[in-house]
Amino acid sequence: MSVHETALPAEEKSPRRRVDYGQYGLAGFLVVIGIYTIIDASGLEVGFADPVGPRVFPYVIGTGLVLVGVLLAVATARGSQPEPEDGEDVDLSQSADWLTVLKLVAVLLFTVATVNLLGWAISGAVLFAGAAWSLGSRTLVRDVLVGLVLAIASWYAFYVGLGIPLTPGVLDGIL
Amino acid sequence: MENFQLLLGGLESALTPMNLLYAAIGVLLGTFVGVLPGIGPAMAIALLLPVTYRLEPTSAFIMFAGLYYGGMYGGSTTSILLNTPGESASVMTALEGNRMARAGRGAQALATAAVGSFVAGTIGTILVAFFSPALADVAVELGAPSYFALMVLALVMTTTVLGTSALRGFAALFLGLTIGLVGLDLNTGQPRLTFGVTQLVDRLDIVVVAVGIFALGEALWVAAHLRRKPAHVIPVGRPWLSRDDWGRSWKPWLRGTAFGFPFGALPAGGAEIPTFLSYLTERKLSKRGDFGRGAIEGVAGPEAANNASAAGMFVPMLALGLPVTATAAVMLSALQGYGITPGPQLMTDHADLVWTLLASLLIGNTLLLVLNLPLAPLWARLLRIPRPQLYAGILFFACLGAYATNLDPFDIGLLLAFGLLGLMMRRFGLPVLPLILGVILGPLMETKLREALTISGGDYMTLLSEPLAVVIYVLIALFILGRPFIARLRARAEQSADPDEFEDEKELSKS
Repeated sequence: MSVHETALPAEEKSPRRRVDYGQYGLAGFLVVIGIYTIIDASGLEVGFADPVGPRVFPYVIGTGLVLVGVLLAVATARGSQPEPEDGEDVDLSQSADWLTVLKLVAVLLFTVATVNLLGWAISGAVLFAGAAWSLGSRTLVRDVLVGLVLAIASWYAFYVGLGIPLTPGVLDGIL
Repeated sequence: MENFQLLLGGLESALTPMNLLYAAIGVLLGTFVGVLPGIGPAMAIALLLPVTYRLEPTSAFIMFAGLYYGGMYGGSTTSILLNTPGESASVMTALEGNRMARAGRGAQALATAAVGSFVAGTIGTILVAFFSPALADVAVELGAPSYFALMVLALVMTTTVLGTSALRGFAALFLGLTIGLVGLDLNTGQPRLTFGVTQLVDRLDIVVVAVGIFALGEALWVAAHLRRKPAHVIPVGRPWLSRDDWGRSWKPWLRGTAFGFPFGALPAGGAEIPTFLSYLTERKLSKRGDFGRGAIEGVAGPEAANNASAAGMFVPMLALGLPVTATAAVMLSALQGYGITPGPQLMTDHADLVWTLLASLLIGNTLLLVLNLPLAPLWARLLRIPRPQLYAGILFFACLGAYATNLDPFDIGLLLAFGLLGLMMRRFGLPVLPLILGVILGPLMETKLREALTISGGDYMTLLSEPLAVVIYVLIALFILGRPFIARLRARAEQSADPDEFEDEKELSKS
């Protein structure tokens, strides 16, 4: 799963120095998490006969994060470029389509919010159909049907096969 | 020969009709999920883990073994037929394998991969059966300082050897260690980094973290960069090997196994290095000069190395309780789900389970060969599933897996959070493995460190009190110094493998 080096898009290979401003965001993220980890640990109490105590590890890790964040910011300023992960279905030659990602996140949040209320059979079906639609599928009726079959089949598989009753929700008594 | 008897005993308890059925289901499911683009073996196992819940341990292990080898084989099918390897260990397979497929020899490439995987997996599993008990006997004597050093070694190796940027490796590692902090401190019972959320107090489930980072992260990353024109899939017939192919394949299989197993067994970060060494060796030894145009040796060797290293990973996992790959980390957490504490005592306390697991690996491996050779054309067709539905399905099953454990929507939210983290890591080129190992090894390291220092009364020099620990720290220093050399060797090999694709990015990214 790690990054491999085949076929970077041509423009990334150009020797022209470009700064990836997004990386400053990542560096800031690392520093903030590091500082929060240190602050969080400073409120812990050290027990008896525990020479290391609960604080040392968070202190070391937090410091490490801050350090890596600062080094990354320096490396970014000097033109260090990330190698975005390539893959079977990944086309890095086009700019990122964050709208699709947002739609997927919204679909997942909808699932989180409704799964206990509507039950897995319905929320799962909405999840499948919504995700397929976000990714560009335009066969909505078919996707909803496939989603319903998947969700109801998995409900029964978990209930009958594994003895785990997934939330039935509004379909309680029907399933 | 005692080990051999024990292995036979394990085979006996594993070989019931019901268990064979579980193994077959495991192999089929594993291959099915592994073939799907964008899913590697670790992710396949993490996604399919819920299926094994509520099974008794023996049946669950059998299914697990099937899932594992099935997922691995599925991954190589994808890289041969699509030429875009889903994981670093398949990069070398894809080099020659895809050229063979394009030259109309896809069936032979799949066959040599399958038989090579079988040979390497079988030899590897038998080696595990012979090495793990001996190592466990030694490991029982090891104290906390040696364990601590071993874990530092595993983290440093995966962070610096893999990938091209050590800085990004360390960023991933420290993020993983931070995630590992979340929950109650084991010694004092105080919550750390829980933000007052009750669900976070009893530590994060490694499966939710793994599925979030691997499956959801990958799906979101693909969503941002979806190839509008699907990659070209090369149609393939039933795999078979001619007499000549057998003659050319068997030596690379054995050499690949010899490379793969030791690297898998060392805490050195899995299959990337041995597959690469195997590829180099086969190219050097080849007399036909058809490397670069689809040489079967270039598929046979790296595939065997990949599978042997996958088997080798069981040695530290079973004998020391140390996971050195993402797959091992996920498996270990499944073991813990059965109330089994990993560590050197595992071989004595749960001997029957361990031998059943090893026997299951042999069974899973054999079934893989029997089932997958005839089914290969069917698997190849899976590569044409329309992408929106494919990734919608991955999201569906990832959420199902996270939700089914506790029936708490919070877990789906957590999954989403880790999915977004996975997305960010892919965008910024942070390697995934150091993060996963950080999550699982961080708490173990802290426990061992505190154990060592409680015994020594707070004297940090105790960390150097065992000879093995000192040796390991020296090794770590040597590896860090040797890193530029390894990187240069790699760059040169890839460059000559395909001058068009590789160029000298390696040299650039190192600076």
